[in-house]
Amino acid sequence: MFIQQLSVYIENHQGRLADFCALLGGGGIDLSALSIADTSNFGLIRAIVSDNDKALSLLQQNGFAASLTPVLAVSVADAPSGLANVLQILREGGFSIEYLYSFMRRINHEAIILFRIDKPEEAAGLLLKKGIRLLSQEEIAR
Amino acid sequence: MFWNKPVETMKREDLERLQLERLQATVQRVYQNVPLYRERMQEKGLVPEDVKTLADIQKLPFTQKTDLRDEYPYGLFAAPREEIVRIHASSGTTGKPIVAGYTQNDLLIWAEIVARCLGCAEVDYRDTVQVAYGYGLFTGGLGLHDGAQRAGAQVVPVSSGNTKRQLMLMEDLGSTALACTPSYALMIGESLRDSNFDLKRLKLRKGIFGAEPWTEGMRDQIEQLLGIQALDIYGLTETMGPGVAMECIEGRSGLHVWEDHFLIEILDPESGAPLPDGETGELVISTISKDGMPLLRYRTHDLTSIIAEPCVCGRTHRRIRRLRGRTDDMLIIRGVNVFPSQVEAAIMGIPGIAPRYLLVVDRVNNLDTLEVQVELMPNLPFDEVRQIEQLEERVRRAIEQVLNLSVRLRLVEPNSIERSEGKSKRVLDKRNLFD
Ligand SMILES: [Zn+2]
Repeated sequence: MFIQQLSVYIENHQGRLADFCALLGGGGIDLSALSIADTSNFGLIRAIVSDNDKALSLLQQNGFAASLTPVLAVSVADAPSGLANVLQILREGGFSIEYLYSFMRRINHEAIILFRIDKPEEAAGLLLKKGIRLLSQEEIAR
Repeated sequence: MFWNKPVETMKREDLERLQLERLQATVQRVYQNVPLYRERMQEKGLVPEDVKTLADIQKLPFTQKTDLRDEYPYGLFAAPREEIVRIHASSGTTGKPIVAGYTQNDLLIWAEIVARCLGCAEVDYRDTVQVAYGYGLFTGGLGLHDGAQRAGAQVVPVSSGNTKRQLMLMEDLGSTALACTPSYALMIGESLRDSNFDLKRLKLRKGIFGAEPWTEGMRDQIEQLLGIQALDIYGLTETMGPGVAMECIEGRSGLHVWEDHFLIEILDPESGAPLPDGETGELVISTISKDGMPLLRYRTHDLTSIIAEPCVCGRTHRRIRRLRGRTDDMLIIRGVNVFPSQVEAAIMGIPGIAPRYLLVVDRVNNLDTLEVQVELMPNLPFDEVRQIEQLEERVRRAIEQVLNLSVRLRLVEPNSIERSEGKSKRVLDKRNLFD
């Protein structure tokens, strides 16, 4: 039901994102999704990768502060109204969204939205009940 | 100009007789009233009567800053609570400050020696002294205040900060002398220059600057910018506060230590062995007239040397050279003593934070800046920007609370702070403080 997202702290140094990508690339780890939240002091990378445990240990051994976070991956066929529908369901359920980001998949022009929600189990249950499709780790990171 | 000519120009043999008398009385006092000293003397098989000459001081135990921490707050006081009328404090090496207690008589002596210091700068009852040192637990403000008042000067207790207001008062009240940290003096000077202020509007002619190390280069700059003569004052809270030693305007080379109240030694910082006059080592001070908190052989960790040659001014009290550095990792930032270990104590136990940090000190437009870099643990406990900002805030506050200074905080990636021989480097001081 959940998928694991990699969360990585990076300082605002030039080239630090490149280091991150090179490190994963060197370890043969693929990135399915990537989002960066940044402030004037630091950035927070959120990524969906092909091998969580390997990525985590590789990063931690190479001077990155990183962890895995459970998120929900929601498939919305028709991006804007599909997203609006999901948001409406979550709002009615009284959930608060910590953050979300999206990526497109070329295969069937499917948009995937990644949600970090305060009560993920309950939120997932509600979404499933409402007929929303949640993707598994295998479906996302391939 | 002398505040107390008979004492300031006392013959060395008379001075030394007085010193011995006072040293003996102080040793008696601490032996009777301070368990720590009694125990340490007993360990060495000493009784107060064993001090027969000034050279016997070398038999006495040292006092370290850690003793002030361990005996916090009142353990080293040699006078009953009823006789202590003032408390001051300075940074300790961990979370707690170190405190000093003063009796009425201690405050009178302090005012007397600061009045002598002002005399060294030719400042007296005809002057208006603007005290721009911080007032409060810090000894700078009240120390200069009491001394200037004792000297009969008109005191303007403006405290530090608010440069615009400083300048307004300086002009309107006709301040003739300024007492503050040298970096603050420089800041005032630069703001004058930047606003094209005509120095003729000021009556300022003397500056008494201390509480942090400074260089001859800085003196030149301050003198030029403010159109004054700038002199160096030395002291530390543990032994009194500012006024332990002062540069005279005639010599402008070395600071006269008021040897009727303080005994000085210069020791090899490694071995603790005494060094001959002229050689640079650690300054060790014994107070010989304090009642509230007398200290025997206090290790200041300040590096200097003794100038034994007579001074052109006629004072017989020996001089110490302008400070050469420190034997420990203490920093002085905006006049505040900072020990890296204080930062360590502050961040210890905050989740997600490694006990690895670096203090980056710089001076930007004459204002000391402190950036503290703290390493995150490899296991990031958060995935939200807000949580990391809260952590940043929490760490910053914890540090600011202990240091009493505003800091810029940077959470840095694990293992990014440079290590040398397994020990991390804790300080990067980019300022140029010593000649
Ligand atoms: Zn002199």
